[in-house]
Amino acid sequence: MSEPKDYWLDHSENVTKLFKGLWAVGLALLSIDLFLHRHEEFGFATWFGFYGIFGFFACVVLVLVAKKLRVVLMRPEDYYER
Amino acid sequence: MNADFPVALILILGAALVPLLRGGLRTVYMALLPLASFVWLLALPQGEFAQLQLFGQSLVLMRVDRLSLIFGYIFLIASLLNVIYAQHVEDTVQHVASLVYAGSAIGAVFAGDLMTLFVYWELTAISSVLLIWARRRESAFRAGMRYLLVQLLSGMFLLVGGLLHWYATGSLEFGQIGLSGAGGVLILIAFGIKCAFPFLHNWLQDAYPEATPTGAVVLSAFTTKLGIYALARAYPGTEMLIWVGTVMAAFPIFFAVIENDLRRVLAYSMNNQIGFMVVGIGIGSELAINGAVAHAFADILFKALLFMSMGAVLLRAGTVKGSELGGLYKSMPWTTGFCLVGAASISAFPLFSGFVTKSMIMSAAAGEGLQLTWLVLLFASAGVFHHAGIKIPYFAFFSHDSGIRCEEAPRNMLLAMAITAALCIGIGVFPRTLYSLLPYAVAYEPYTASHVLAQLQLLIFSALAFSVLMRTGIYPPELRSINIDSDWFYRKAGPLAARSIATAWKHLLAGGSEVLSAQAAEFGDSFARHRQPDGLLVRSWPTRSMAMWVMVMLLAYLLVYYLGK
Repeated sequence: MSEPKDYWLDHSENVTKLFKGLWAVGLALLSIDLFLHRHEEFGFATWFGFYGIFGFFACVVLVLVAKKLRVVLMRPEDYYER
Repeated sequence: MNADFPVALILILGAALVPLLRGGLRTVYMALLPLASFVWLLALPQGEFAQLQLFGQSLVLMRVDRLSLIFGYIFLIASLLNVIYAQHVEDTVQHVASLVYAGSAIGAVFAGDLMTLFVYWELTAISSVLLIWARRRESAFRAGMRYLLVQLLSGMFLLVGGLLHWYATGSLEFGQIGLSGAGGVLILIAFGIKCAFPFLHNWLQDAYPEATPTGAVVLSAFTTKLGIYALARAYPGTEMLIWVGTVMAAFPIFFAVIENDLRRVLAYSMNNQIGFMVVGIGIGSELAINGAVAHAFADILFKALLFMSMGAVLLRAGTVKGSELGGLYKSMPWTTGFCLVGAASISAFPLFSGFVTKSMIMSAAAGEGLQLTWLVLLFASAGVFHHAGIKIPYFAFFSHDSGIRCEEAPRNMLLAMAITAALCIGIGVFPRTLYSLLPYAVAYEPYTASHVLAQLQLLIFSALAFSVLMRTGIYPPELRSINIDSDWFYRKAGPLAARSIATAWKHLLAGGSEVLSAQAAEFGDSFARHRQPDGLLVRSWPTRSMAMWVMVMLLAYLLVYYLGK
């Protein structure tokens, strides 16, 4: 293993590039909603950007709630051995 | 060939020879066992075979139909993959246990009556615990003990439920059971423990992360999916299951987000995926049952792949704690790649297996107009991508570089991961092959423009949420910690209560010996009363209530054993 190898991901500007790329992909997908009519069982699912907005906020809520849960649930690693 | 031969015996009896063999010969022999069983299955006609008469009941050791066959196939595929993945392991106990465990799961799948099911059910419990104990450390031993107690408890519910069901209906047949009788309720609890229903789930998160690196992969394939099979067989269309499954799909993802042990994160995501299957069984339509079975098939593969990648990390880096890992893609590029395939499959990216199976359940839920369930499942779909699809690979292989430099996984592990990854992609790209094996004919089409677009939007924006939370520092860091779950009640509260009662009892005894002797005399009198003809202790009891009391006694024993530690 040659240690001082240079990895593309080690540079933070490259990670930023990925981040921006992801936004570009997301917005492109969202724009398809403008002209493709999705077939859905539920009326609300046909709203513009329903899945994108739902996915984004679902994850934010998930993380924020889970973070709060730590206050109640988190214990030291040896909790059951004591 | 003889259709009366119970196919499970190829693995179970075949395992007996494994200790005598070494090296390459052992590997070849062990790989031949699932292969031979698979060929056997392919040649089997459908119907009921290997019937025995016992207690005036006919036991059916081989019931071959589309539902049992598909689970038989996938269990054998998983068993073969396990043989390859664990080829480097010297420990013979693990090899034998894996084969007997897989064999008994297959035996249970082909069981046509509740008694045969019970025997194999218990055998899966006893053989699988060896994969946890094989870690050979104190914490694994204790976790294994807890696991075994819970599994045997499930067996006890099955036994007593089965006897009550027999008493009520006069038949031991393992078919549609439903919740009309007390037996049906107890059997559902037995299956619910195996499926890890909410509040009966914690054995899974407790035990699997304690298993050996290869053992966890084996465990992930069989026990819970056997539960799903049994549920699909006996309780399709039971409405309550829709709600049980909905809760199951949602609550574990909160735990998964804050869990540090990455194999435990996977255990939580098992719960979440099984929740989808339970919803499917609860709905009970042809599409929903097909979806549940197809998703179980796909789940065995992608969950095995994820557990394989984490097993490789545990073997090479010595830990799977998110707080200690990071940057491993530099040392283990192949493992990283296979893990990403597993992550994409469980997250249901188009062209990966989860996309063509999970969506059948979603579509069935939408078709029935189950709006709340559908929304929760959609939330769970975003959530699973978040914790299993992103968190697992991110904290293990990317994130900040932990400085750990290790070897790539052994070649046999890479081979097993490569085959599993190929299967995950294969199912995603050619879903018709899997669909053709399902219990009912499939008209469902996963690749419509609407579906692909909707799923990509959901996933990409979930990924964006993760990145935004990460870059703004809001995302909770991985910390060296554990989180309490429902196991707290029996691991902490129970023993504490037992100890305080014992102390109180001691105080009472110290002050009240005269009172006690009077009570002893009283007890003697009542004992004599009950031993007279027709007394409580002499009377003959119906079997049904005896079975109930045996269960109560065993339960009490379990409790005392547990609290006494």
